[in-house]
Amino acid sequence: MTLSRIFKRLEGPQTMGKGPLFWTAFAVVLAIALAYPLFADGYDVGNNIYFLNWTFMALGLSIIWGYGGSLSFGQTAFFGVAGYSYGILTINFGTAYGLGVVAVLMAIAIAALFAAILGYFLFFGRISGIFLGIVTLSVTLALERFMAQTAGPQWTVGSARLNGFNGMSGMPPLTLPWFGGDIVLYPDIGLYYLVLGLLVIIYLGLRILVNSKFGNVLVAVRENPERAEMLGYDIRKYQLGGFVIGAALAGLSGALYTSWGQYITPSSMGITSAALPIIWVAVGGRSDITATLIGTLIVLSGFQALTIYGSQYALVVMGLLLVCTVLLAPKGLVANAGILLGSLFNRKNGSA
Amino acid sequence: MDFVTTLVSSAYQFGDAFAFLVLSACGLAVIFGMMGVINLAHGEFIMCGAYMTVFAVNWGLPLPLAIIVGSLFAGLVGMVIERLVVRRLYSRPLDSILATWGVSLIASQGTLILFGPTMRGVGTPLGSFMVGSLSFSYYRLVLMATAIAVLLLLYLVFNKTRFGVLARATIQAPHMASALGVDTNRIYTLTFGIGAALAGLTGGIYAPTMTMIPTMGTTFIMEAFVTVVVGGADVFIGTAPAAVLLAVVKASLTSWQGQLAGQIGLLLAVIITIRLLPKGVTGFILKGRV
Repeated sequence: MTLSRIFKRLEGPQTMGKGPLFWTAFAVVLAIALAYPLFADGYDVGNNIYFLNWTFMALGLSIIWGYGGSLSFGQTAFFGVAGYSYGILTINFGTAYGLGVVAVLMAIAIAALFAAILGYFLFFGRISGIFLGIVTLSVTLALERFMAQTAGPQWTVGSARLNGFNGMSGMPPLTLPWFGGDIVLYPDIGLYYLVLGLLVIIYLGLRILVNSKFGNVLVAVRENPERAEMLGYDIRKYQLGGFVIGAALAGLSGALYTSWGQYITPSSMGITSAALPIIWVAVGGRSDITATLIGTLIVLSGFQALTIYGSQYALVVMGLLLVCTVLLAPKGLVANAGILLGSLFNRKNGSA
Repeated sequence: MDFVTTLVSSAYQFGDAFAFLVLSACGLAVIFGMMGVINLAHGEFIMCGAYMTVFAVNWGLPLPLAIIVGSLFAGLVGMVIERLVVRRLYSRPLDSILATWGVSLIASQGTLILFGPTMRGVGTPLGSFMVGSLSFSYYRLVLMATAIAVLLLLYLVFNKTRFGVLARATIQAPHMASALGVDTNRIYTLTFGIGAALAGLTGGIYAPTMTMIPTMGTTFIMEAFVTVVVGGADVFIGTAPAAVLLAVVKASLTSWQGQLAGQIGLLLAVIITIRLLPKGVTGFILKGRV
């Protein structure tokens, strides 16, 4: 496939937003995001990387759930697996000579492998619908319980102590190899640009992916698995593929989060944490990655703002938000807004 | 340890695991089997029953009565939630999972706000007895008896009463039942209420053995899910045999390698079971029937 044909896939039936207006808006938002560190304190910029870290996991869930139709509650499990993997690898081997980047890639690979094994049993056992949700949630809870009981000194991998419920800390931050010395990425402007760059690449890459044959078949499976199967597609492979891609993205979030905060705890996989990505994606609009991305950032900022009053209040609001979204706007609030905007714009143009 | 002691100890551990699985799962299984809805707020109904039981004990009610109060209260709350939320989502089972998860977040965090991170519980009654050199709790025997009683009671309710007949008719052919004059909405509300009340009963009866925290429901929820998934849609030919099967796995692994090994064993058992029997034990037993 030539490059221009790949770029054509940036727009297509599976993504909202097309034409010059959308891409102008995209460029404006990107420019604001790029210019933001110029007007802000490095410390604030470093803190705000927090929001970007989570978007990968949400985008992954959008692929698994929104596009593939498999409701998975396992995203935080893959997040945790990758986070702990990053911690164990970097504490043992350090981050010099590009080993930090290798650790991130390994962490993602481990999360993806875990997802592939779990997904094999699920999808090739033809588990779908609510059972898929329950099993993935059970795996996540079991993993949390497992990590929570690793407090004893026997739970060490090399020189890394897992540290039970209190979580693991003290892993080095991400370090990039560079000519004339490594660049250590503390939560500051450098890391912000790295994560933002990753986000842009992955967002555009996913747009291409979902508009490609793979994405179209995935949506066909979501719409009607039997029909897709009758058309000759092995739907299990597509579902598994989507599941592993989504898990790898959750793994990226986990590795980035751990290197950003130099900290990971079992509760990042618990039932409350597992609910949060579902809420971001459901509220945003699961079957579109743009809506998911915008929704995730909005809900996360809202959640952070409410946390000032105590995280329990914020979580009650999150619960209400989820119930209301499901009852009133099942497609997601941002997605509904997008559809509305789209129809307004088309009407103005006199074309449909 | 002599043979008798080992035997008693194994039977006791099996019974304990069996009781825990049955009691954790029965409320979830009734709601899932009858309505196809997985109630993710199941753990919170358990917590609700436990809290209400402790309140009732503190008001001076004797424990058995307090447990009944807790159970009824959870059932009432369940019926309200069915009316407000779940009812609108019967045609969208995946969305009902999400909505009940939202309810679960609201309930556990709301409890945290109202009653704080922990509450004084009630002590475990009835004391213990000795076999050989080992000590066993009488209360655990009560739990085992309750598990069996609950299964029997459910069997009687759904097979021998008018409500049971109407409920099963509603499940099998909702439109036909409704055409014949059954108020199907009322049946759904009552069934959900029964499921929630069973969860509340579990919470109440386990309350004396646990620390009262708002997230106590999560202790039960994994076991409940696992049992329901392995069991499949039917409470009697699914949940009960699944609980026997899983109790063997859990009890043997727990006594061999500890609590966590038991839980991981359960999880592996469920993953293998769904690979082999996608419809659970129910599907296996009903194989060949249409």
